[in-house]
Amino acid sequence: MNYTDLFRVTLPETALEVAALVVLIVDFAFLRKATMKARAAIAAILGVVGCGAAMWAIGIQTGSGFSVGDLLVLANGGVSAVAQMGVLVLTAVTILLLIDSDFTRNPGEFVAVVLMAASGGIVISAARDLLVIFVGLELLSIALYILTAFAKSSAKSAEASLKYYLFGGMSAAFLLFGFSYLYGLAGSTDLHQIVLAAITSYGSGSPLFYAALVLIAAGLGFKVAAVPFHLWAPDTYEGAPAPAAAFIASVSKVASFALLIALGTAILHPFGNVRHVVFFVGHIGPPPKWLGLAGPWSILLAVLAVASMLVGNLAALAQTSVRRLLAYSAIAHAGYMLVALAYSSYGPKSAQAILYYILTYGLTTVGAFGAVGAVEQATGSDKLDAFLGLHKRNPLLAGVLLVLFLSLAGIPPLVGFWAKFNLFAAVLGVNAGAVPFVLVALAVAMSAVSLYYYLQVLKRAYVMPAVDETPISVAPITLLVLLAIAAAVVLAGCFPAVLQSWIAGF
Amino acid sequence: MLAWTIYLSFAGAAAQALLPKGKPALARALALLVALAGLVIAVAGFIREAGQGRVVLVDLPWVPAMGIHFMLAADGISRVLVLLTGLAAVAGVLFSWNIELRTNEFFAFFLALIGGVYGVFLSFDLFLLFAFYEIAIVPKYFLIAIWGSTRKEYAAMKLALYSFVGSAMVLIGMLAAYATAGSHSTGLVDLARAGLPAHFQMWAFPLVFVGFAILAGMWPFHTWAPTGHVAAPTAASMLLAGVVMKLGAYGCLRVAMGLFPHGMDPWGWSLIGIGSWRDVFAVLAVIGIIYGALVALVQTDFKFVIGYSSVSHMGFVLLGLMTLNQIGVTGAVLQMFSHGVLAGLLFGIVGRIVYERTHTRQLAELETMHLSKRLPFAAWAFTIAGIASMGLPGFSGFVAELQVLVGSWKANPFWTAAAGIGIVVGVAYTWRALQKAFFSDTPPAPHLHDHGHELAAITWPEVTGTALLGLASLVVGLYPRLLLDTIEPAVKALLAGGMQ
Repeated sequence: MNYTDLFRVTLPETALEVAALVVLIVDFAFLRKATMKARAAIAAILGVVGCGAAMWAIGIQTGSGFSVGDLLVLANGGVSAVAQMGVLVLTAVTILLLIDSDFTRNPGEFVAVVLMAASGGIVISAARDLLVIFVGLELLSIALYILTAFAKSSAKSAEASLKYYLFGGMSAAFLLFGFSYLYGLAGSTDLHQIVLAAITSYGSGSPLFYAALVLIAAGLGFKVAAVPFHLWAPDTYEGAPAPAAAFIASVSKVASFALLIALGTAILHPFGNVRHVVFFVGHIGPPPKWLGLAGPWSILLAVLAVASMLVGNLAALAQTSVRRLLAYSAIAHAGYMLVALAYSSYGPKSAQAILYYILTYGLTTVGAFGAVGAVEQATGSDKLDAFLGLHKRNPLLAGVLLVLFLSLAGIPPLVGFWAKFNLFAAVLGVNAGAVPFVLVALAVAMSAVSLYYYLQVLKRAYVMPAVDETPISVAPITLLVLLAIAAAVVLAGCFPAVLQSWIAGF
Repeated sequence: MLAWTIYLSFAGAAAQALLPKGKPALARALALLVALAGLVIAVAGFIREAGQGRVVLVDLPWVPAMGIHFMLAADGISRVLVLLTGLAAVAGVLFSWNIELRTNEFFAFFLALIGGVYGVFLSFDLFLLFAFYEIAIVPKYFLIAIWGSTRKEYAAMKLALYSFVGSAMVLIGMLAAYATAGSHSTGLVDLARAGLPAHFQMWAFPLVFVGFAILAGMWPFHTWAPTGHVAAPTAASMLLAGVVMKLGAYGCLRVAMGLFPHGMDPWGWSLIGIGSWRDVFAVLAVIGIIYGALVALVQTDFKFVIGYSSVSHMGFVLLGLMTLNQIGVTGAVLQMFSHGVLAGLLFGIVGRIVYERTHTRQLAELETMHLSKRLPFAAWAFTIAGIASMGLPGFSGFVAELQVLVGSWKANPFWTAAAGIGIVVGVAYTWRALQKAFFSDTPPAPHLHDHGHELAAITWPEVTGTALLGLASLVVGLYPRLLLDTIEPAVKALLAGGMQ
């Protein structure tokens, strides 16, 4: 164990924590008399600077991750770095959306908690050890519970937070229980060692391994809001303050999917790419599909994926609250990505496709919550009817909403279309068998369904007559951020190779 | 050169969206300018590249990691359909000259739709083609939902969902073909050369064919078409019937038949004369021809008559494609052009010239208005368009449908016989609509309308638009070689080796 190494690898986390403390100190010490706006703006700027510093720290990382002995604890570069960058960018965008919000009188605390949550997010993006994974998840989750409850004058916010906390606490217990089985069976907390142990103990300890996998899938399924562990999502998305909801829908998702990618790679490809060789050398072992935990893991994820795609898309059809609609659509999108996780390749191709999807989805969702939040601030409601005549009340906001929702539905030339194509092509590139093909077909069919509910919102914004034609004013910074997001969605869709090669470049 | 039709249309759409509100005249002028520029480019490209085979316009690597190219090219089929799109775009702008509500947004969606259509006809990369195909969906929805009439939101949503389900089927087939080919390219030519296994083509072909044929109005997936056409504002129904349905037929030809030619091989067994996917779709096309014509015969709404006649005429296109012989497929492509022009003309007359003045489309009410005397221009224009559309010699419809029928006789005489019934019924419904709407002697019902005031005079955009489309049909009818010389080599190449 080398503490210099540890310091080097955790430099981004350190930067975020320092930034969180600076935000708190500045807010408490110097801004007691300042106006709300000024406090929010200064806290946000400091927060964004903190994110920038953390990104710089990731950028200058060289060498391997942090290991104890032979066992990798925190990875470095590659998928982890991309996810960490994504977490930081989305965190910065979320913080910028806070500036014009009015749900809290303590913007400094909000930014500080967001930064701590983000540091949890970058820990789990890189974690390769059960204990570190669990610590990172808790760091993220506890901060999220606080963020959800941050609108102290809103009963809905408190209710949402309590629901989120109760579900979250239980799912963490499941996860820890699963981890304890793994440790008991394998005698190690290192992912790679555990999978190797599962392979060598084939036939003797495997039922318990499988039980552990189910428990872990339950715990992580909660984080990514996969059906049937999704029940918290609609209430939380609806009740949480808009920036908090955006943060949960984007940053927390990116980090959790990065973790799932790491887990999946360890489980599906224990020997790198040589498992086929093992199979061909002599028919001693089990067929490669069932080597270790690979088979059950694929099945588990596939089941979660099917349930999420179906429930998410079908339930979204019936929503009248746009935030709940976004929650169910988030469940559906998680389903698409779970398909790719269930059939992910050795090598970076699948991981890159999933990252591409989750990053662009996260950005789009932050923008969508920003736009919905702006409408909500003006009309006091996030019901579908609050969007009536939006194109007259604020054409720019309506335009942003059009771009973002069509991107979520997967209409070219927006980035959502490209992300979906890339994702599904990756699945079929790994395994073009009947089951993955049916899953992809289901996903494509379900995204045809999804167009209906996205159009429900756009129909009110553009088609149906306005009840109230008073203009909605959006604060300039929020509008600027939203326009930037919409522009990014269009540009990334027109030039998909740019982001793709950026992801591949780590 | 032809590629500029796409760029110009999208640039025009963006410019319209940024135009200040409340300046309808400016928006109109800009839209007409963009549409005209597109038409000029289309004509120039048609003349300059006449007689050449496939001309690659642009070929840039778009996503190198996945072998996706931004590849635009044109062969004879593309050039003819681009020409059609140019005509329909100009006529569409002229026939929407009276749009006052959110004019600039209207033309923004209109030009975006046109841009997507040009894009589909010129794409030689499957991914790019599909992207343009989907780009065309959203503007259609908003055009109908905002500026339409008669259950517009229902019709718009139905159309959007039908289109999106169709494109989902195409996407599945496309992903499967990409994965199966393993050639790491989405170029149509590369995919066709990859040698997709026959058993794969056997199920991919119907999937992709039906996906596209939904938009081509193939029975029994046609139900979006009549409701959509009726609800749409005039320009949108002109585009829907004129070019958007052709997108579907074009996709069937270029993608489904071009990439999966073995999907039409016989199954090895047959039931009541149906022994391959080709037979299945030919029979569906024939049913569409007859069904569309019969339903058009009993409609009480003038626009529904044209809407169902489109289903019938598009049946000829699909039947022509399924003949798989030179003359039949050539006829199908010519029929796409012919129907595009004529359906646009008919919808323009009914939706713009008649409805905007009488405010009714019910044949029973029109009967009492003596429109042949009060709107002689409309009456004569409709007579000519109707005669052309029922397939009288001298107009494009005749040459096209004749070729389809000859082709289908070679393939299976029963199809021709059945389709012939459709032609006869076609004469009947056109006559009936013509007689009821314009040339009826029924005495005016005094309570229905005030016949004292004059109907508004015919305006120049209406005359120009009518003349443009009518002349196009006449010229092609009198001298079909104009288009046939371009279409035939392309069809020959396509039939000889798929997309290779």
